[in-house]
Amino acid sequence: MKYIDEFRNAELIGNLVKKLLQVTTQNWKIMEVCGGQTHTILKYNLEELLPKKISLIHGPGCPVCVTPLEFIDKAIALAEQSDIILTSFGDMLRVPGSKSDLLNVKAQGGDVRMIYSTLDAIKIAEENQNKEVVFFGVGFETTAPANAMAVYEAQRRNLKNFSVLCSHVLVPPAIEALLSSSEVSIQGFLAAGHVCTVMGYEQYIPLAEKYKIPIVITGFEPVDILNGVLLSVIQLESGKYEVENQYKRVVTKEGNVQAKKLLDEIFEVTDRKWRGIGTIPNSGYKLRDRYSAFDAELKFNLKNIEVEESKICIAGKVLQGLKKPFECSAFGKECSPEHPLGAPMVSTEGACAAYFHYSKRN
Amino acid sequence: MNEKIKYDGLTCPIPKSDYNRVLLAHGGGGTLSHQLINKIFLSQFGNEILNTLHDSALINVDSNRLAFTTDSYVVHPIFFPGGNIGELAVYGTVNDLAMAGAKPLFISVGFIIEEGLEIEELWKITVSMKLAAEKANVKIVTGDTKVVDKGKGDKIFINTSGIGIISPDVSINPVNCKPGDKIILSGKIAEHGIAIMSARENLEFESAIKSDTAPLNFLVEQMLQTSNKIHVLRDPTRGGIATVLNEIAAQSNLGISIEQEKIPIAEDVKAACEILGLDPLYIANEGKLIAFVDPEVADKMLKTMRSNEFGKDSSIIGVVTNENPKTVIMKTSIGSNRIVDMISGEQLPRIC
Repeated sequence: MKYIDEFRNAELIGNLVKKLLQVTTQNWKIMEVCGGQTHTILKYNLEELLPKKISLIHGPGCPVCVTPLEFIDKAIALAEQSDIILTSFGDMLRVPGSKSDLLNVKAQGGDVRMIYSTLDAIKIAEENQNKEVVFFGVGFETTAPANAMAVYEAQRRNLKNFSVLCSHVLVPPAIEALLSSSEVSIQGFLAAGHVCTVMGYEQYIPLAEKYKIPIVITGFEPVDILNGVLLSVIQLESGKYEVENQYKRVVTKEGNVQAKKLLDEIFEVTDRKWRGIGTIPNSGYKLRDRYSAFDAELKFNLKNIEVEESKICIAGKVLQGLKKPFECSAFGKECSPEHPLGAPMVSTEGACAAYFHYSKRN
Repeated sequence: MNEKIKYDGLTCPIPKSDYNRVLLAHGGGGTLSHQLINKIFLSQFGNEILNTLHDSALINVDSNRLAFTTDSYVVHPIFFPGGNIGELAVYGTVNDLAMAGAKPLFISVGFIIEEGLEIEELWKITVSMKLAAEKANVKIVTGDTKVVDKGKGDKIFINTSGIGIISPDVSINPVNCKPGDKIILSGKIAEHGIAIMSARENLEFESAIKSDTAPLNFLVEQMLQTSNKIHVLRDPTRGGIATVLNEIAAQSNLGISIEQEKIPIAEDVKAACEILGLDPLYIANEGKLIAFVDPEVADKMLKTMRSNEFGKDSSIIGVVTNENPKTVIMKTSIGSNRIVDMISGEQLPRIC
């Protein structure tokens, strides 16, 4: 398939691996930020091809994984109400809340609908005027414009029965939180290509300078990832720390200007809690006051739901790259894709699920 | 689950399960389906015939060997690109019999119809079942009809059971799988699953992808004429080829090694999978089979299969190994190796 096969080409991969072996003289720890990248690394077992001196650390960029437990509980509380249709992207449905998950609520009669586009939620709201339709809007800068568009459209169409349970998170503040933590020892970042497609990469320049760390905007195919690693290692070996764009075929410096304009119209930056990590200042989006009529948390009075996370699950440490999934005592035992304790075991992008499915578990 | 709960007529405690209600994922063909079968059904029904968990039960009656199978069809929508629920119900059962090496003879049909179904739709389904039975050379010999209240079904559900006869020199069974066996796949994967998905109303996704629903009994007959050194046959329906390969690896206690590059897949199906974030290895097929054959006859078998209209894209995708028992390892298109695991429930489209 055009534009896919070229980036899964065995010969190109072989050349990149050869170059990596040539340039790598020291041990380097590089974090891929995005869950989609983690998925490719495990799906193609890229670690088998990398020089031993390079270790990849799987970052917090899986939207499903970092959505706080209490948001899942809030979604469940909504889905349990008979006059509410809860709409969500597929992989949020299986994420465990503190007691249940949305698939279980559906099995008990809750009206939970998996959708592929936020505009489908708008359509459902138009077709079911006697019901409240809530969209469970999670994700990074990548999904935020589509969710913003849903709110924009709901306003334009004067829909009174539509609202969003909004838990958007932002990448740069998370990178900064990781870099300023004394426990974390990452030396280079592969930034998430799709996030930068929307936002551009200007925000990363001050981070690279402040923390003296190379940040390479990287795509999602095996060639992209190995190329991203190579560019990072070349910088590291020569003592450079710049923002470099590997994903040039999609990402520009300024990003998608129209999408950014829409984001700014609908959302404002706020502090957000990240599952397993805690609250990071200015790391998320919330609806602006003038759109508060579409805020499901306000509309259904959900602000007071608060819950504690599992005691044995080390999801937070995994998401910060401090532990590998198999270093968790529950991995593959109490915690499996059939019965996940923490979110990284749920989504196919989650580091724990990726390890469980694709690599040797002993 | 609360073990104190006892229902009338149920004498033993309900086995523990992670969920106290049946989820859709229990029907997905993955590990949750297997849990349901093993913990609930096999624990109560288990016997030497059922325990083999073959696509068909193998039964000896006097000196004859019979294959007997049943399957229910609940596909939504009932008409989809490339077929409908009726022909699917005929071919599905025909294929389950063929996977035991049997010649399918007779099938039964049970209809559960939701009040309000248009007679014209029922007529179309019935006619296509007649044509499918003719094409597969089986007779529909008994049937049943029930109508349920509006809202208690999804237009129509169909159950079919079938009986076939197995020739004495044929022995097809997962336990016959041997190290060195070549694994042949009869054509392009994931077409049925993607055709169904593109026909669902909540997915605005237009494609020309058609379901591959087809009868495989004549292909199997031709294969058995070529050689009886076919050790295992399976049709990779629900759960796709990954699930079938994992099942056989587990049942035979051997390893399976496959090559991604050798697995036939149409460009448009591949594109649909990329867009939806789905892995085609886990997507359903309705007109494909996987054969485990003695390496000596593999090339001859491949030639035979390619000569049949339903096997023209056949490919040797891998081999059975002593290493990595109960595990499926795939050499990826870029030359690395990874485990192809059993999926736990249904594949869910990813967020981004």
